[in-house]
Amino acid sequence: MPLVTEPTRAVQVLSAPLVIEYPFKRTTGPVVGAFLTGLRERILLGTRASDGRVIVPPAESDPVTGDDLTELVEVGPGGEVTTWAWVHHPHPKHPLDRPFAWALVRLDGADTAMLHVVDAGTVDAMRTGMRVEPRWRDEREGAIGDLACFTPEQG
Amino acid sequence: MKRDVAVISFAQSAHVRAVDSENEVEMLMPVVGDVLGAIDMTMDDIGFTCSGSTDYLAGQAFSFVMILDGVGPWPPIQESHVEMDGAWALYEAWVKLQLGEIDTALVYCCARASAGDLPMVLTRQLDPYTAGPLWPDSISLAALQARALIDAGKATEADMAEVAARSRRAALDNPVAQLAWDRPAGELLTEDHLVAPLRRHDCPPISDGVAAVALAAGDAAGDRCRRPAWISGIDHRVEPIHLGLRDLTESRSTRLAAERAGVHDGPLDVAELHAPFTHQELILRDALGLDATTAVNPSGGALAANPMMTAGLVRIGEVASHIHDGTANRGVAHATSGPCLQQNLVCVLEGDGAGGRRR
Repeated sequence: MPLVTEPTRAVQVLSAPLVIEYPFKRTTGPVVGAFLTGLRERILLGTRASDGRVIVPPAESDPVTGDDLTELVEVGPGGEVTTWAWVHHPHPKHPLDRPFAWALVRLDGADTAMLHVVDAGTVDAMRTGMRVEPRWRDEREGAIGDLACFTPEQG
Repeated sequence: MKRDVAVISFAQSAHVRAVDSENEVEMLMPVVGDVLGAIDMTMDDIGFTCSGSTDYLAGQAFSFVMILDGVGPWPPIQESHVEMDGAWALYEAWVKLQLGEIDTALVYCCARASAGDLPMVLTRQLDPYTAGPLWPDSISLAALQARALIDAGKATEADMAEVAARSRRAALDNPVAQLAWDRPAGELLTEDHLVAPLRRHDCPPISDGVAAVALAAGDAAGDRCRRPAWISGIDHRVEPIHLGLRDLTESRSTRLAAERAGVHDGPLDVAELHAPFTHQELILRDALGLDATTAVNPSGGALAANPMMTAGLVRIGEVASHIHDGTANRGVAHATSGPCLQQNLVCVLEGDGAGGRRR
């Protein structure tokens, strides 16, 4: 039996809010940078891995061999949901303010799936294997949020 | 040649939703006192000290330096820290003991998840360009993994509910558990989804708690502990950061670590798995090749208490305790880190005469 130490309880505790910040700027490099710039232009990019697979979001190095990956490949814009989760009560920081699905989406021409959200309206509209297409923001800045969400593909 | 190293003592705090009247040092000091007191040792007897914690939960840089007050760093001690679960601090201490310069080590870990919005804080460990800005909370990511497992036909929501019911029932016998109850799995399935396909019972509690382990090499272990829990194998492996690059329905890193740690070199009486979500226990059972002869998570596991940076070391401590008191001869402990079982550590522990890899 492991030893047990009981925590004590006090009546009054001083507390104050604390917001952690990261006040640095980073360069994104030729691979992630190209992906983010592509989003600004409504283009989705992946990298070709050593075994020929197309990886999206692009990897800078091969997940198996560690080789540098430099060949960019355009993918999408449509894709297929490979798994999903339904959020009934979105968090204020979530990309959508109404019930939505997180999903891994395998874009056409890609061999791996990327994480994003699907604005499907109701959980009944979601199923694994469904086709989705991107909805872009009007004002884009070269960030993952330029892709506002995916939506069920219109027949 | 590998040097024989054993867990000779383990102590932990009670795990609770929020410790709001003590800081990390105050939480840690009694546990360090317990872990050393049980083997009649003091800090003067410790050759190396290693801790696990994270600045992202403490809310300040180099927070582990402040926490060192919990062990007393004067006169100067040999010390290190990992921004990881204490299980990985134990790994570093094990490596240090292999060098042969020291014979004893103290490992401790702590983090108070209650200070922040934990599922959101955990998004900061994701890719900062393509995933972090979307704020995909830890429960949502686990739900993606659970759906993939269900779609693959490897588990059902009923299987997951069985894990929840068994774990919380086992926790009734664990005096430090935070969440313990006895409800049938069928009743759990009638509740609404939290983030479908996960229900609240599929998720771990948010816990504050600390733990500590003492290690000793060779003869130093037997001097202090009647039945040392020898580490016959330990290994850890990591998978890519992007979820889409992994098969979420299996744990290749756990499988590889298990092979290298020699999990299959002998029978396993007990397994303590760091599976924060119910479906993850099913994935880990498969990766470790466990069958019905092994008791899984008699403590209730991470579903009964999931103190960040601590729940992994607790798994090692729980298995060691079973060997110390003779209720097990050989067991496996597992620790995880990152979303959806990204990184995994496997540690095999044996009592004298267990007949495994150790000679």
